Amino acid sequence: MRYVCLVHMGHDIFKDFTEADGRQLDRDSLDYDRELEAAGHFVAAQALQGPESAVLVKVRNGEISTTDGPFSETKEYLGGFILVEARDMNEAIRIAAGIPLAKLGTIEVRPIYTIPDPERP
Amino acid sequence: MTDIEAVWRHESGRVLATLIRLLGDFDQAEEALHDAFLAASKQWPKTGVPANPRAWLVSAGRFKAIDRIRRRAKFGEIAREIAAIEEEAWMPGDAEPIADDALRLIFTCCHPEIPADARIALTLREVAGLTTEEIAAAFLARTPAIAQRIVRAKNRIRELALPYEVPEPDQLTERLDAVLHVIYLVFNEGYSASHGEAAIRGELCAEAIRLCRQLVELRPEPDALGLLALLLLQDARRAARVAPEGDIVLLADQDRSLWDRAQVAEGTALVRRAFAQQPVAAYTIEAAIAAVHCAAESAGETDWAEIAALYDLLRRADSSPVVELNRAVAIAMRDGPEAGLALVEALLARGELGRFRYAHAARADLLRRLGRHAEARAAYGTALQFTEQEAERRFLAGRIRALAN
Repeated sequence: MRYVCLVHMGHDIFKDFTEADGRQLDRDSLDYDRELEAAGHFVAAQALQGPESAVLVKVRNGEISTTDGPFSETKEYLGGFILVEARDMNEAIRIAAGIPLAKLGTIEVRPIYTIPDPERP
Repeated sequence: MTDIEAVWRHESGRVLATLIRLLGDFDQAEEALHDAFLAASKQWPKTGVPANPRAWLVSAGRFKAIDRIRRRAKFGEIAREIAAIEEEAWMPGDAEPIADDALRLIFTCCHPEIPADARIALTLREVAGLTTEEIAAAFLARTPAIAQRIVRAKNRIRELALPYEVPEPDQLTERLDAVLHVIYLVFNEGYSASHGEAAIRGELCAEAIRLCRQLVELRPEPDALGLLALLLLQDARRAARVAPEGDIVLLADQDRSLWDRAQVAEGTALVRRAFAQQPVAAYTIEAAIAAVHCAAESAGETDWAEIAALYDLLRRADSSPVVELNRAVAIAMRDGPEAGLALVEALLARGELGRFRYAHAARADLLRRLGRHAEARAAYGTALQFTEQEAERRFLAGRIRALAN
């Protein structure tokens, strides 16, 4: 069963970070990805650039409209994700608890939903 | 099923129990268990399944855990645990302490410091190896709710540093009660067919029996013997309890050739063994009642006098109104519906069973047998009001229709 661990971060979590702290966090995060890979849990992971880099897209009546990301109104934003393979929800929670950013932000663990394919029942 | 899946089914609970003792932590033990099976899935297809897969897995899991702690230590975390783990005496192939580990783990999962509703979930996941999702499906609960219950229970074990041990003799009886109660609830959840998938329900019954067997092997206390007998005798009738369309088949209407005779024989022998020990446990009396039912070749040959006498005995051990209700039904079978109806109506007047569907259904049935059809219909209707489960609703609606004609 696959679960996505969505890393939510507050705007101010890095405010007391030194450059060395940042490098350490990057190293720990990459190490954790490798650890998950070795254990057969890792499917994919990405960190994301900040919400100020985002564009929101929607199509209404055939017309594309775009706006800036809603970064200013929201306290928390999506900072990245890890897609994992786990036996069950509690194993996924254990994996999420090991993510280095769990100590600073909040990890949302969501089971993936497989869209039923009418071609392949 | 592949070899590794079969080993997972049979061994993961016991390997986990030993790793929890060796590592002193649920989460580290689960990681180690996962690593051990991953290593097995790489190595066993080449070398074959080892002669003692359990010892192999414990050894691999322990090695991986030490390895992992060492690696993490490099990133600044403390690694004083390693010495403790390496010092821990553990010899591969030594079966006895491993069997004890499973027992220790059940006692930890059913510890009185853990909230009662979390004990079942924790036992099913950590001892029986069910997934969070399976447990949620079996209990008709949301997965996140079950998952959090398990996390909180584990936190509590860690905070209070609850020991992994079989309690000392002076506490054993009390602590055993809690464990047996959890096993009983697990079985009932599987047996009562109130909801959930049939496959998971069958697995719950099988797990409850397996856990109870382990307890009996290690501590043949009268309560444990009685519960095992009860579970075996109930489970023996499982195939006959549900019709192919999912409808409930009452005991009187069951095809008795579908009962598992070997299991009936085992359960009945256990009842005799348990009855020889004092004090006689409530579970043993319940098992004896089930054994009397199982001994009858047909419903008409049931020894209701014996069953009513056993309910008299049970009432002294367990004075719950549900026991009283069952006793009233047995007396109705022995002395006629009028005698039973008087008892059921007196019980209902006490109020505790006012919302209990089986009390109204029992009353309805007795009224029906007395030919008081209008009253019977009304009582079946009341039972229907308090019934959510589909098969039971169909059964009650069917009775109401039959009485209308």
